[in-house]
Amino acid sequence: MSKMIMSGNEAVARGAYEAGVRFASAYPGTPSTEILENIGGLYKDDIYSEWSPNEKVAAEAAFGASVGGMRSMCAFKHVGMNVATDLIFTAGYSGVTGGFVLVTADDPACHSSQNEQDNRLYAPHAKIAMVEASDSQECKDFMKAAFELSEKFDVPVLFRMTTRICHSKSIVELGEREDVPVIKYERHAEKYAMLPATARVRHVIREDLLAKMAEYSNTSELNRVEEVPGAKIGIVTSGISYQYVKEVFGDTVSVLKIGLTYPLPEKLMADFAAKYETLYAVEEGEPYLEDALKKLGFHNVVGKEKLTIQGEFNTKVVRDALTDAKDLFTYKVENANIPARPPVLCAGCPHRGFYFALKNYKDKYVSAGDIGCYALAVNPPLNGFDFQFDMGAGFSTLVGFSRALKAQGDTRKVIGQLGDSTFFHSGLTSLIDLVSSETNAVAVVLDNSITAMTGHQENPGTYKNLMGYESPAISIEALVRACGVDDDHLRIVDPVDQKAICEALDAGLEAEGLFVIITKRPCALLKEVIKANAGKHVKVDPDKCVGCKMCMKIACPSIAFDDTAKKAMIADVANCNQCGLCMQQCKVGAIEKVGE
Amino acid sequence: MNKCIILVGVGGQGTITTSTILSKGLIEAGFDVKMSEIHGMSQRGGTVVTQIKYGEKVYSPIIGDGEADIIVSFEKLEALRALPFLKEGGTIVTDVREINPMPVLTGEAVYPHEAIDQLKEVVPNVIVVEAAKVAEELGNVKAQNIVLLGALVKQLALDNVDWRDLIAKNVPAKTVDLNLAAFDKGYNM
Repeated sequence: MSKMIMSGNEAVARGAYEAGVRFASAYPGTPSTEILENIGGLYKDDIYSEWSPNEKVAAEAAFGASVGGMRSMCAFKHVGMNVATDLIFTAGYSGVTGGFVLVTADDPACHSSQNEQDNRLYAPHAKIAMVEASDSQECKDFMKAAFELSEKFDVPVLFRMTTRICHSKSIVELGEREDVPVIKYERHAEKYAMLPATARVRHVIREDLLAKMAEYSNTSELNRVEEVPGAKIGIVTSGISYQYVKEVFGDTVSVLKIGLTYPLPEKLMADFAAKYETLYAVEEGEPYLEDALKKLGFHNVVGKEKLTIQGEFNTKVVRDALTDAKDLFTYKVENANIPARPPVLCAGCPHRGFYFALKNYKDKYVSAGDIGCYALAVNPPLNGFDFQFDMGAGFSTLVGFSRALKAQGDTRKVIGQLGDSTFFHSGLTSLIDLVSSETNAVAVVLDNSITAMTGHQENPGTYKNLMGYESPAISIEALVRACGVDDDHLRIVDPVDQKAICEALDAGLEAEGLFVIITKRPCALLKEVIKANAGKHVKVDPDKCVGCKMCMKIACPSIAFDDTAKKAMIADVANCNQCGLCMQQCKVGAIEKVGE
Repeated sequence: MNKCIILVGVGGQGTITTSTILSKGLIEAGFDVKMSEIHGMSQRGGTVVTQIKYGEKVYSPIIGDGEADIIVSFEKLEALRALPFLKEGGTIVTDVREINPMPVLTGEAVYPHEAIDQLKEVVPNVIVVEAAKVAEELGNVKAQNIVLLGALVKQLALDNVDWRDLIAKNVPAKTVDLNLAAFDKGYNM
């Protein structure tokens, strides 16, 4: 078969295809998103796939397919797994019919996340098996092995990746799709209806199966000893850390590379560890392997004592911690001026209009943000909100926070924002609490008609689904009204239209009780939007511009200031889409539309 | 010995397309190849770093400080930011294009227009390629990445690969002629 260079995510998708998977679901989240994008794009003839409204639904939908007899999978980023664990802990008791694999993409170093949680700790807690790959070839091969394990030991399998595994590309040898028939469904309420009486029995069965699996782990091909005769150092590792170990030490140390990381191959680990007085556990995040070695009696193991628990590793981190090697030579420019280049809201981004308007009401509100592109509005000069934690919290935190403000005599109103995809994910249940708790707040849905931050995935509000087929679009407005929000407490506005958005904010901040604003304007980067705005941009008439810099205040990346001429200018015409927000700021009418 | 190449730029400049074509070419040339990129928030106008390692056998996909043989920078300031990656005796290929980051636009910071002169003072091998300008002259600034690919391929002396064929297969159909012209310009600079 042919060889291809693939990211870990592409390889996991390929592995699912080759393993005969028939159902795959996910909620998008960096670094996991491309797994389902690839399945939906490349394998839709063989695999039903969907973006579910959230990770819990994704896991349940996929588990339903497994119970019904199909090989199924779902994928999420590390924090997404938190949302799905309600199912996962109980599915750990039930076990599976068709093989069931849950992919978690952890993000050490928080490249695109709000924390660095190590989801390996979930596997023993939920009593499910866990597999970790070290490159794209293993991602593909281990996915197939994970489905076999799942069926062999009647257990969900957690396939644990990290950003560098997900997003690095390496060479993969492709195989054929295996034809795995759907297992005929038969009622087994004693196995799948988890009530106290059945759950107690299933727990006993699970412990028994785990013990058998622990024995199996010692001989599993997913675990590998690379013994070097005469080596003085032994290293136990897994995942991406294996690559750093090999890069630093080459063939000078013995390595136990663990691919089946729960249940751990304890006998294999003990036999390996006993041979080396100098024993390292090299792993990002928590001391998972290290603690296991200590529990086995190997207190000489060195792990977190030298290798950080924070961030991610690379060759240098491992080299500095475990060898005497000197730092490599690097070039330096003394006193270099290197301005930061933080990610920003794009030119023409609809969110800019909302947050720019909100600034007018400074001192009148406290603002809560949420997860999405609009999180970028927290930075100066927009300073859009004070706190932001997890999906849906932009609404639900207001229930308690507003009462805390009131209790200290603070009369400011609370205002929370989240996007369309986040609204479907968990904002709806948060809105329900805002309504039923009669919270005095403004709840804003920033609807840009797509899940934007992760790279434009469809959501329940779009007319298309992951596989590219037409799908029913669910109306946010109808849902808000169904919760009991009436005309007096609801505004639907274009966020770029400053007059309209300010009128809505005036009404919302003055209102008693819950007030909802839905801002509607599609993401500037949507293909249809780019097409509709092709050739359109604005320009600054230098004869009219007085150099007041009012247009600069919106922090649009397309606008720059010519310090010599003391005039504003559109420096990046290609990305300007003539949204017109800057034109509304210019008091002298110096900004004009071009190409309309 | 493995070779390490770093491509740096700003979200939207096409660094990832360039590294994809480069990786495919390196595989065609018979090397083991690993490529690493960070997506997500970096798509929104932030710094984008793509790393490519190739050789007989590559383990870590990540290039550390002092390890890069070549840094290709699509933007002047980003070349300065990426400098610590460069190994002793390594080469910087950089465009002169300036893209203002937000702190410069808001007046909190000043753009380091002198970046290339500063680099030349400490690094013996700095090659300046006016790729964005060349691409603009060819008809579309977006072909900047392929001009730089041409310049990089020349530096790597990898002539046993059909780069033109790879480019044709990996860019949008209607931009093939533009990108092939861009490659030739970069290669022959």
